[in-house]
Amino acid sequence: MPHSIQELWLRLSDGFETSLARVSARRNELLYVLALLLLLVVAGGLSMRAAVVALAASAAAAAMWPSAGSDDVYRSGVEAADAGMANRLWRAVIDAIPEPAFALDHDGNLLHANRMAEEQFNPRRTRSTHIASFIRDPELLTAVEEALETRQGNTVELHTRVPVERRLLATAAPLEGVRTPGVPALLITFRDLTEQDRLTRMRADFIANASHELRTPLASLKGYVETLQGNAKNDPAARDRFLKTMAEQAERMSRLVGDLLSLSRVEMREYLRPTDRVELGPILSEVAHTLEPLSKQANVKLTLACPEAEAIVLGDRDELIQVFQNLVQNAIKYGRTGGKVDVRLTRENTAPLRYRVDVQDDGQGIAPQHLPRLTERFYRVSTAASRERGGTGLGLAIVKHIVNRHRGELRISSTLGEGSTFTVVLAGAD
Amino acid sequence: MRDHIVKAYDQELQSLDKKVAQMGGLVERLLAQAFDAMEKRDPQLAEAASASDAAVDAPERELQEQAILMIAKRQPLAHDLRQVMTALKIAGDLERTGDLAKNIAKRALAVSGENHPKSLMTGLKHMVELALSQLKDVLDGYAERDAEKAVAVWRRDERIDAMYNSLFRELLTYMMEDPRNIGVCTHLLFAAKNIERIGDHTTNIAENIHYLVHGMPLADDRPKSDDTATTLIRKE
Ligand SMILES: Nc1ncnc2c1ncn2[C@@H]1O[C@H](COP(=O)(O)OP(=O)(O)O)[C@@H](O)[C@H]1O
Ligand SMILES: [Mg+2]
Repeated sequence: MPHSIQELWLRLSDGFETSLARVSARRNELLYVLALLLLLVVAGGLSMRAAVVALAASAAAAAMWPSAGSDDVYRSGVEAADAGMANRLWRAVIDAIPEPAFALDHDGNLLHANRMAEEQFNPRRTRSTHIASFIRDPELLTAVEEALETRQGNTVELHTRVPVERRLLATAAPLEGVRTPGVPALLITFRDLTEQDRLTRMRADFIANASHELRTPLASLKGYVETLQGNAKNDPAARDRFLKTMAEQAERMSRLVGDLLSLSRVEMREYLRPTDRVELGPILSEVAHTLEPLSKQANVKLTLACPEAEAIVLGDRDELIQVFQNLVQNAIKYGRTGGKVDVRLTRENTAPLRYRVDVQDDGQGIAPQHLPRLTERFYRVSTAASRERGGTGLGLAIVKHIVNRHRGELRISSTLGEGSTFTVVLAGAD
Repeated sequence: MRDHIVKAYDQELQSLDKKVAQMGGLVERLLAQAFDAMEKRDPQLAEAASASDAAVDAPERELQEQAILMIAKRQPLAHDLRQVMTALKIAGDLERTGDLAKNIAKRALAVSGENHPKSLMTGLKHMVELALSQLKDVLDGYAERDAEKAVAVWRRDERIDAMYNSLFRELLTYMMEDPRNIGVCTHLLFAAKNIERIGDHTTNIAENIHYLVHGMPLADDRPKSDDTATTLIRKE
């Protein structure tokens, strides 16, 4: 996006420069209009269109700079006042660019930096105003020099390691036709690639993790198959035992594949908020009913309290079932044998109307350092404990994405040794 | 007229600062690349890094010429002279730092075909990161004329020394465990020694900044913990 902004800036400022003389007569009117446009930009947020409008405004303003060699018309007091206005305008435009950006004069001295650039490079702290005093990157300094000399734009990559590792793309775009002190000659904008890099790495990690998770049961299946073909061929007792374990491993793999598919399905639709009106009460009853056998088996007392009749939300029934099934299942799995799991549906007493579902257990609890990471894929407090209970490590990741899709909220609170409460809050539909 | 001279002089000083910053930026990148080449065992990167050492020399030469010209032409006194001299001295330390970094790149080339223990690389990485942040702070401190920042660097150098000592011991252990490790470990040992010396150059620069800002040398003794010269490892 910065590229197109810069191109636009160049073209516009170029065009306006040539029509400099014609503008002079109606300058005051024009400035008024420009100021209005600018107000619109500021009021309308930083959308692309707004930025373009702002650029058009600034380019018009650029046309009115008292540039070198222009005639005496530009020297009177009225023009000076207009120049001040134009000055404010181009600064305002740089402020409106939604990336770190600053303008240098024809010697490479800083004229103006927007707030993001101020925060990132802190250029005012140094004695000199030259760019080298606050950014030393050799590539960028060369690009700046070249751009000022040859008037050719250039994009380079910056890589910082300390204090934190960061990768940025910096674009130096010369602004044509102006070579006067105090007038911007070069626009530098930055794009932070750190976040993008992190996402790429996360994706790669995810694939590696998923394959690793699948490979373990696969390897054990293969091992059993070989044993059955070999020395266990004629041992019925061993065969039964092996087949049972093999079925378990196959089950584990199919759970994993199922969870992976759910996750990718939810992610695909995450931007689409569900539009069906669904009632929470029956969903919770269904979940409780389904998990009744599991809780009996684990000797956990499962209770459901739904005083809220007709709690209607905009939602996807199947997905909500999946959310509560995962939470209740976790509560049972990681709860205390002989303990209890309470599911409560209540109405939050804040406007607008919101419903909350708490799933509370009195199990081992979760240490605070794990809480923020629980919803990451494959993150488990204890891999062994999770595997033992047939976990995939994807349950809470699925829950998070579904809740996000519903524009709801997931809260986790836990005290070690006392238990955990997982809370889902959803907006009520009226 | 007098005002004009002062202004022109100030511009010349700023241009000295600019060249120091340019050199600094090049040296920072060189050190980072040299280490990357070693960690990734990338011979191409190692070659590129050792070639870019020449780029550091150009601004240094320019800076020296400009400084000499300034001294001859304007015969600066007191604080002004100090500015020129400091820039010269810092350029010298940066040039040396560049050489040391280049030497690391050369060693990276030499070991690029060999396997090296991961824990050693992690130790070396920490050292490089520390040296890079020392270098950054001292260069920022110069641009900002911030003596506090510089003195903080000066005090922190102890940490690089401490890391060097522990890495030194680890390397010795590896070498004694298996004589086949000696080749690689020697290169790593010298790489670590180079980083430790880069740390010393950053403290020189810090001292210069202090002198520039306050007009007097740093008084107290820097905490030192480089005791490797007397380290004795017994083989059991
Ligand atoms: N109610 C709970 N009590 C204690 N720990 C929990 C609870 N719910 C989830 N956890 C922890 O969070 C981890 C991630 O949960 P989840 O994403 O559902 O994966 P899984 O249950 O398959 O391991 C679990 O492995 C467990 O360590
Ligand atoms: Mg789970």
